[in-house]
Amino acid sequence: MPSSQPQEDHGPRAVRVAPTTGPSQGPARPDREFTVEARSQSRLILRRFLRHKLAVASLVVFIAVVLFAFAGGAVWHYSYDQLTPDISVPPSLRHPFGTDSTGIDLMAMVMRGTQRSLEIALFVALTATCVGTVYGAIAGYYRGVYDTLMMRFVDLVLTFPTIAVAAILGSQVGTSAGSWFFIGIILAALTWPIVARVVRGSVLSLREKEFIEAARALGARDRRIIFGHLVPNVMGPVIVSVTILVATAILSETGLSFIGFGVRPPDTSLGLLVSQAQTAVSTRPWLFYFPGAFIILIVLSINFIGDGLRDAFDPTTTRVRS
Amino acid sequence: MFAYAVRRLIISIPVLLTSTFLVFLMVSLSGDPLADLRARQPPPPESVLRAQAHELRLDQPMLERYWHWISGIPRGDFGPSVQNINIGHELWIRFGVTMRLVLLAVLLAAIIAGVVGVVSAAKQYSPTDYALTGLGFLFLAMPVFWFAILLKQLAVNINLQTGHTIFYTIGDRSIETTGGLAAQIGDIAGHLILPTIVLAITSFASWSRFNRASMLEVLSSDYVLLARAKGLPRRQVLVRHALRTALAPMVTVMSMDFAAFFSGAIVTETVFQWHGMGDLLLTSIQLRDVYPVLAWLLIAGSAVILMNLIADLLYALLDPRIRYA
Repeated sequence: MPSSQPQEDHGPRAVRVAPTTGPSQGPARPDREFTVEARSQSRLILRRFLRHKLAVASLVVFIAVVLFAFAGGAVWHYSYDQLTPDISVPPSLRHPFGTDSTGIDLMAMVMRGTQRSLEIALFVALTATCVGTVYGAIAGYYRGVYDTLMMRFVDLVLTFPTIAVAAILGSQVGTSAGSWFFIGIILAALTWPIVARVVRGSVLSLREKEFIEAARALGARDRRIIFGHLVPNVMGPVIVSVTILVATAILSETGLSFIGFGVRPPDTSLGLLVSQAQTAVSTRPWLFYFPGAFIILIVLSINFIGDGLRDAFDPTTTRVRS
Repeated sequence: MFAYAVRRLIISIPVLLTSTFLVFLMVSLSGDPLADLRARQPPPPESVLRAQAHELRLDQPMLERYWHWISGIPRGDFGPSVQNINIGHELWIRFGVTMRLVLLAVLLAAIIAGVVGVVSAAKQYSPTDYALTGLGFLFLAMPVFWFAILLKQLAVNINLQTGHTIFYTIGDRSIETTGGLAAQIGDIAGHLILPTIVLAITSFASWSRFNRASMLEVLSSDYVLLARAKGLPRRQVLVRHALRTALAPMVTVMSMDFAAFFSGAIVTETVFQWHGMGDLLLTSIQLRDVYPVLAWLLIAGSAVILMNLIADLLYALLDPRIRYA
């Protein structure tokens, strides 16, 4: 993902980042013949994103899923741990998603599972993004030996299969109440290199730009250059990789819960629900299809949102958008 | 080319050594292997605990334990196991089982990605392109285990309908195989079909999207225009001129996903009840059996590093500029 964003920043941001380079832009501005409303960079990005119909639709779907997961439990009249007299009922008006063999309402379980899966995924995405951004920016800014060593370490982390390492580390977590939090930390520890790579790549080219040179000439310290000038300018690729991380985290967490080393009963997650429905595919297929459909729905909408954001931040790629 | 291969091989040795240390550190810190024994009721006598700790070398300091472990590996000694298995021997068999799934799936995924990428790029914005892109997004969002169970159920239904075992849905091979070598190979291949499809289908999509993008870029370049202008058939331009150039970046993307194939293989093997590396890992974790887990990570990590190396060589083969850089 090469960031060509800064090259197009001839507009407002270039002025904001390096205000001292433009002394010619004096107080006497010539009157314009046509009045053109100035648009900020973020407004432009938002406009471009809103033009991407599929991405906007996906955003709506994603918000609906989040509401379903976090607010649904309070509204819905069954709870995910409540036994109802209806045992193994297929989807009906009373139980829109059906019930399992002990009479628990599947919709309540899916709500709870989606909530857990989303909590873990969002936590992983946030943590991994922060760590990866700082790590990648430092490696890219200092280059040389630091960069080589730091990126070798990143390569190393990426050689290990996520599910295997997460299962090894997660086997100790057990069924404690805060276990989803540990699963989040483990997955974040395994996924931050994805962001670090992206950020480092962008920073490597950004650090040669004039506005960085200007900042350095003004005597800005390294920390100020990295966090004040470089990191804000790699926000585009970083936000796109957040969506990739959310998708990866959902798939990893559900896979981990499926093989029995992620979220464990009595808590539930979408992966655990599919795992429990494994033997019932032919007899009670709804138990298998609904949780799976929710995983697909979440990942699909996140991927489309990511695609829309990528185009919005970097319009040059729109030509070859897939 | 040969010198380049040797150079790359030498670079990967320190990486491998560092990864052994990292793996050892991680597994040693991840928990107490004797926890289950300690928690047993009635509690086992102190002498038993001490003997077990000695057996697992827990009474040694960590660096010494690491040295003990790493120096045994060249001799084929992967350390003790509470499962009473020879780790090296057991892992070797399991490795063969899993690698034939992983390699075949990588190959199949690469072929699908290549074909889909070329077709989508050649017919950009056509219904075919939209359909393929849509399918790609769907497969990208599909969890491996869910698709595996779905396909397995479909195969079971087909078998029931026809009354014959058309698809094998359980195990990596039949328990008793009759007949010669050819029959055995056929049996193994039959068991491979479904898991390979699962693993390939759930991973090809990110590659095909990448391939489509780089194909589009190549197709708009001048040398492709020249090839078309001098009257070469469209198919030849697409495959021989454009695809070769477009494949090089795809190989790089592929090499980053090899570790994910092992993750996918663990899950796929669980669904199809294979006795592969996934089963060995999960059993060992459950039994808190440290040394098989260590050996597992070492072997999987080495396999990924080796596959990365092959991808690098392939890249150099596709793009001659790399070799002399």
